[in-house]
Amino acid sequence: MIESVKDRVVRIVAEQALLAPSDVSLDQTLEDLSIDSMALVEAIFAIEEEFDITVPFNANEPDKSEFDISSVATIVAAVEALIAEQKD
Amino acid sequence: MRRVVITGAGTINPLGHSVAATFEAMREGRCGIGPLDIRDVDRLSIKIGGQVKDYAADDRFNRQQQALYDRFTQFTMIAAKEAIEQSGLEFADDLSAEAGVVLGTSGGGLTTQDENYRAVYEEGKNRVHPFIVPKLMNNAAASHVSMTWNLKGPSFTVATACASSNHAMGQAFWLVRNGAARAMITGGSESMLCFGGVKAWEGLRVMSRDACRPFSANRNGMVQGEGAGVFVFEEYEHAKARGANILCEIVGFSMTADASDIVMPSQQGASRAIAGALRDARIDASEVEYINAHGTGTAANDKTECAAVANVFGRHADKVMISSTKSMHGHLIGGTGAVELLAVVMALKDGIVAPTIGYQEPDPECALDVVPNEAREAKVKYALSNAFAFGGLNAVLALKKI
Repeated sequence: MIESVKDRVVRIVAEQALLAPSDVSLDQTLEDLSIDSMALVEAIFAIEEEFDITVPFNANEPDKSEFDISSVATIVAAVEALIAEQKD
Repeated sequence: MRRVVITGAGTINPLGHSVAATFEAMREGRCGIGPLDIRDVDRLSIKIGGQVKDYAADDRFNRQQQALYDRFTQFTMIAAKEAIEQSGLEFADDLSAEAGVVLGTSGGGLTTQDENYRAVYEEGKNRVHPFIVPKLMNNAAASHVSMTWNLKGPSFTVATACASSNHAMGQAFWLVRNGAARAMITGGSESMLCFGGVKAWEGLRVMSRDACRPFSANRNGMVQGEGAGVFVFEEYEHAKARGANILCEIVGFSMTADASDIVMPSQQGASRAIAGALRDARIDASEVEYINAHGTGTAANDKTECAAVANVFGRHADKVMISSTKSMHGHLIGGTGAVELLAVVMALKDGIVAPTIGYQEPDPECALDVVPNEAREAKVKYALSNAFAFGGLNAVLALKKI
C-alpha cells in the first residue's frame, strides 16, 4: 500500500516530537506536540526532501507564511497544495 | 592597570573601502545591500547580500600573495594597512616583541573551501593547489598581519560566530590593559558570500529576501555581509608620549555565555554581558548615550536585545540611542563587531550617531530610540557595542570619548 501524504507528514512530525505516528492526531498544534522553532525548521526540511517540494517559510514571521502551521491538519493540507502546485 | 586607546582604524566593507568612505555612508544612511553577484546565484533562494563592490584582488595583491590570501585575509590586510598607517606605529625591536594581533572570524577561508570542494567533488579533479590549507585556516589572516608588520607578541584568532570580533577586541583590550602588550592589532574579517556559505544560511530560514530592517515591526530576517574592520589598540601613555592621534578610549569589556540554546538568544545572558561591561568600565548605565546594537533584524535577536537593554538601563533606556548599522552593511558574522565599532568611534569622535535604516513600523517589543533612518548629531561620552552569537556567547565593549 502506498503511504498517503497525510501519513508521510504525520511520520515526519512524529519524528520531531519524539512520538510514535499513532500518537499524533490531526487536530494537534505544534505546541501540543512540544515542537520548538528548531524542530519546526527541521520538519520543514524533511518535508521538502520527502516530497521534493519547496516550502515558503521564514522563521522570523511564521504567521505570515503561506504555509499554515497552526495544526497538523493544516500542514497536511498545505503540503498537498504545494505538491499540486509544484508537480510539473 | 593601564589605559587603552585606539590610534588607528581601517576597513573594507559594503559601505566603502576606507574608514572615511564608511563614515560618509553611515552619516548619509546609505545602504550597501544589493543583489548578490556570485557563481550559481540562480540556485539560491536568498539572492541579496552586503558585498564588497568594485573590488579586484589583482589591483591590491600579486600572484604569490593571492595564492595564500583567501578573500577574508585580503580584506584583513587592506584594513590592517589603513589602521597601522594611521597609527604611525612602526614595529621594530622592543615594540615588535610587545605587539601582537588578535582577530575574529567565523568562516575563515570559507571561499577557498567552497572553490576547492567544488573542484574535487563537482568537477572531479584529483589535485588541488598546494597552499589550500594555509589559505583556508582561520588564523591565516592574523598570521599574515603578524608577518607583514613584524608583530611578535601575543597573536591568535578567535571564532565565536557573530561575536568573534568583539571577543577578539576584548582580548586585545585586556592584553594591553594588563601590560602583556603595548599595542595590539585587532578586529575581524569575514567573507562567506559564496554559494556554499549562503546556502548554509538559507537552511536556517532566518534570512530576509529583501532587506535588513532591525527593530522595525515588519522586519523579516538577517542579510549577510562581508568585509573587515581592524584597529590599533595602544597603551595610553605610549600613545601620548609619541604624540599619536587618539580616536577614543576602550574602557570596559565583558563576556558571558547563555548556557541555554544553540541558536535562540537569552535575555539574561545579554543583560549580564551589558551590565558586566559597565562594571568593568566602572561607569553607570545613565552615563551611556549610545549603544551600537547587535540588531540582526531577526525576530529573536531584536526582541531579546531590547529587553536586555531595558532590563539593564531601567528608566534610562528611553534616553539612550541604540542603532543597528547592519541595516546598511548587513551581518558580517565574525567581522561584524569590528565594522560596527567604527560607528561607535564616529559617535565618540565626530558626534554623529549612525542610523538604523529601513525602519518602517514601530514594534512595541522594541520600543527604544533606534535612531530611525537618519543619522543624528549628539555629544556622546560613553558608548557600548553589543555582540550576541549563535551558541549563546556574548561580548560587549565599552568605549569613551577622549
